Amino acid sequence: MTWKLVGENVTRVEDDRLLRGLGRYTDDLCPEALHVAMVRSPHAHARIVDIDIERVLDVDGVLAVYTYEDLPGPLAEPLPLLIPHPALTHGRTQYALAKDEVNYVGEAVAMVVAIDRYIAEDAAFRISVSYDPLPPVVGIDHARKAEHLVHDDVPGNVAARMEQSTGDAESAIAGAPHKLTLDLEIERSAATPLEGRATLAEWDTGSGRMRVWTSTQTSTGVRAAIAAKLQLDLANVDVITPDVGGGFGVKIMHPWPEDLLVPFVARALGKPVKFIEDRREHFISSAHERGQVQHVEVGFDDDGRILGLSVRFWHDNGAYTPYGIIVPIITSTQLLGPYKPGAYSVVFESLYTNTVVVTPYRGAGRPQGVYAMERTMDAIASYLGRDRTEVRAVNFIQPDELPYDHGLLFQDGRPLIYDSGDYPACLQKLKKLVGWDEFETFREQARSQGRRVGIGLACYVEGTGVGPYEGGHVQVETSGKVKVATGLTSQGQGHQTVFAQIVADELGVRFEDVEVTTGDTRRFPYAVGTFASRAAVMSGSAIAFAARAVRTKALRIAADALEASSDDLEIVDGIVRVKGTPDATIALGTVAVLSNPLRYAFDKASESATQFVVGDPDKPPVAEGDEPGLEGKGYYSPVRSTFASGMHAVIVETDPDTAEIKILRYCVVHDCGHVVNPLIVEGQIHGGVAQGVAGALYERMSYDEHGQLLNASFMDFLMPYVTEVPSKIEIDHLQTPSPLNPLGIKGAGEAGVIPSTAVFAAAIEDAEGIGITSMPISPSELFELRRRNTEASSPGRRAT
Amino acid sequence: MSDPTTADTDGETMHHVRLSVNGATYDIEVPARRLLSDAVRQDIGLTGTHVGCEHGVCGACTVLVDGVPMRSCLMFAVSAEGQEVTTVEGLGDADGSLGAVQQAFKDCHGLQCGFCTPGFLTTITACLRDNPDPTREEASEMVAGNLCRCTGYQNIVSAVLRAAELQGAGCATKPEHAAQEAQA
Ligand code: FES
Ligand code: FES
Repeated sequence: MTWKLVGENVTRVEDDRLLRGLGRYTDDLCPEALHVAMVRSPHAHARIVDIDIERVLDVDGVLAVYTYEDLPGPLAEPLPLLIPHPALTHGRTQYALAKDEVNYVGEAVAMVVAIDRYIAEDAAFRISVSYDPLPPVVGIDHARKAEHLVHDDVPGNVAARMEQSTGDAESAIAGAPHKLTLDLEIERSAATPLEGRATLAEWDTGSGRMRVWTSTQTSTGVRAAIAAKLQLDLANVDVITPDVGGGFGVKIMHPWPEDLLVPFVARALGKPVKFIEDRREHFISSAHERGQVQHVEVGFDDDGRILGLSVRFWHDNGAYTPYGIIVPIITSTQLLGPYKPGAYSVVFESLYTNTVVVTPYRGAGRPQGVYAMERTMDAIASYLGRDRTEVRAVNFIQPDELPYDHGLLFQDGRPLIYDSGDYPACLQKLKKLVGWDEFETFREQARSQGRRVGIGLACYVEGTGVGPYEGGHVQVETSGKVKVATGLTSQGQGHQTVFAQIVADELGVRFEDVEVTTGDTRRFPYAVGTFASRAAVMSGSAIAFAARAVRTKALRIAADALEASSDDLEIVDGIVRVKGTPDATIALGTVAVLSNPLRYAFDKASESATQFVVGDPDKPPVAEGDEPGLEGKGYYSPVRSTFASGMHAVIVETDPDTAEIKILRYCVVHDCGHVVNPLIVEGQIHGGVAQGVAGALYERMSYDEHGQLLNASFMDFLMPYVTEVPSKIEIDHLQTPSPLNPLGIKGAGEAGVIPSTAVFAAAIEDAEGIGITSMPISPSELFELRRRNTEASSPGRRAT
Repeated sequence: MSDPTTADTDGETMHHVRLSVNGATYDIEVPARRLLSDAVRQDIGLTGTHVGCEHGVCGACTVLVDGVPMRSCLMFAVSAEGQEVTTVEGLGDADGSLGAVQQAFKDCHGLQCGFCTPGFLTTITACLRDNPDPTREEASEMVAGNLCRCTGYQNIVSAVLRAAELQGAGCATKPEHAAQEAQA
């Protein structure tokens, strides 16, 4: 088919509402709701001795206080372990309210319900909990040493140990002409959406229905969790995701304790209740990510071709493993990027620490994997004295080798097979965009002015659009308006626009006539969620299938009405017409009328579908196997993920005195297959790169040795303002369509953030001539590195 | 300043505050500690103003108080007595269409989740009053106190320039940069 809107810079339908202040985020709903405030652990590791709620009961405006003792049935069991895995031999999850022991600062211990948040917080302050502190385990080093345990029954603090390999990496390295080892570190950061978590619940005692609005990336997941934990029938629970103020992964984690406790209280008190997380709570009770220590051994030939690659890494999973070991699995598989090492082996340990849980944050383990691989590529190039792009090029999977099977298992439990891509072309584009070959001239110029500059590049491949499935529903109303629903949620990605573009093209209707609803289980109850850059691929494809089903049905009915063959019909701007016969037309709205045999007429249009007007009296009004209404459903369930790819380059300038790191240029070449809306995809890249810059240069979770998070506010956690991000991100697109879905698209949501840590490490190393092995890096850390480097008097790069 | 007039059931002293929001007068009864952000959102019911941190850093809660951008999470409602407050809901044109700054955000894809957006819109509205024809650098400075986690800011800066252009200043005085840079 020819696309009219798909591929265009369509401005967003979401915007009008949001720009007028008419968005509806969870806290904007139900102003009369009661508020909960949580009492959270001030200790990283302690036994709870006693909880005294005596002083709360006389606070006016307080309705109830809950501790673990008050939780009934399944709500008193540990929270779900969402993604079990055979390697996760020691999975542990927390209780909705701590039972006996707390394992991180911020863990929920008690809950107050009051008429507003001010009073709820007053009351929470009056609850006194006595603790018996235990030695905390903070940081990967301590976790590995295991002098103390986070969980008594988890030896060595090891939640999981997993190994994968293809070929015999050890022998390949041993037999290789050259070998290198690298030890690398990457610290924690966090998704940090501007809107924290938020949940509102309303219980209808009469009908026994629970209705919940929550700021989540999976309304169906939260719904199933509430039904299970509150022992409600799934059909009696509605979960609606209203406007969401950003997610970036942290809201795919579910159920958070409050997701269950709020509906529980709403039912117990028979009143609407809400929990609105504040900023400090977000830092200390919502998930973090990224912290890893990595050890790489690589063997390669004179051209830099990798013959064997062996990676060991240690992943800090925080106090519990509610999301399984998805993050380190992704690191261990996506580390390979666009390359094909002769042999590869990877082993990781996922370790408990007394800190906030670790679950996917945009990129989800990929930034760490890319960092390991790209640092390795740079080290090989440096060792051989070769250009860094050449070393990458000799290791690329070539276009004619795709689809390429790595012989490993990916995060979706499916084989790691890349579907399409063109890595050499991507590199050419990037080199051209950033002026790779001219950089030495620029460096010389800069040097002559006393300036220090460096360039880095990093490549990635990203498995996007993971299963199991998504669905879509498309319905044409008798007015000709088209209503579309899909179950996954939106957090600012412009789904309403993108999906409307797809439906407008597939069905042949006007874009303005299409209205899309996401994340409302009343409208579409089967869904997985919005994560892993999957929404456009999964729901986009499902909705395309649904629209095609509707189109087929519309043409069938119209063919009857127009006495033509459906092959001769086309639909343009919501009008079905006989090709080449401009007078023979019928509006799609009228087709919708005809699709639904009526007894009663309500207007002129519906008269034509009533029983004395249409229908063959000898046949049932709705033919066998047919359904009334001009609507259709579609599902998309791919065999495996589709693999997007890209390469970034950055030019930095480091101040010779202050070690300040300035970004001179940031270039992106990106391949997400067919682009549905370039405006939106570029917006995703901008946002991703900003988060990448943040993770590389600014953001970290500063835990002290006691497990106190020292920078749990926007004052101290350095989320970039406009002044810290590149003023212009230069973008070039490559489009190798995916063969796996009807639109040929691949995910784009996370790409921007994935190579940033690697690319900055490379550029700073290039500027400074000092090995960069620990990220993020601040000016004071760079300053210190310089000092140590001068002292060590050993020249230049990392010893090899 | 208002006098304590009533006490509600939980014993907190309530204060009567009269303030104007987007041109309408409101009389509200609030405790002394009630933040202006909460008063605007809950007592007055204008939920377009968002709270992203409640400690004065993100700027999402920015409203105009007598035309000046203020972080409503750092102000008590009682101190808005007698003042003119403008929130995002008050930035549209009289005829119901989007105001220039709002339109510019739409044109330039300056918002994704939209949570930070009200604070940007109010801030930019005030800044463009002071400097109707900013350079790209000045445009960037105008938004340098607001956090956005979604957009990476590039399109927000473009939106500032586009807004200036829509308001006519760009064409009237320095046509060269506004028109080009809005596309940058
Ligand atoms: S909410 Fe007021 S500045 Fe963040
Ligand atoms: S648009 Fe989401 S925080 Fe700015």
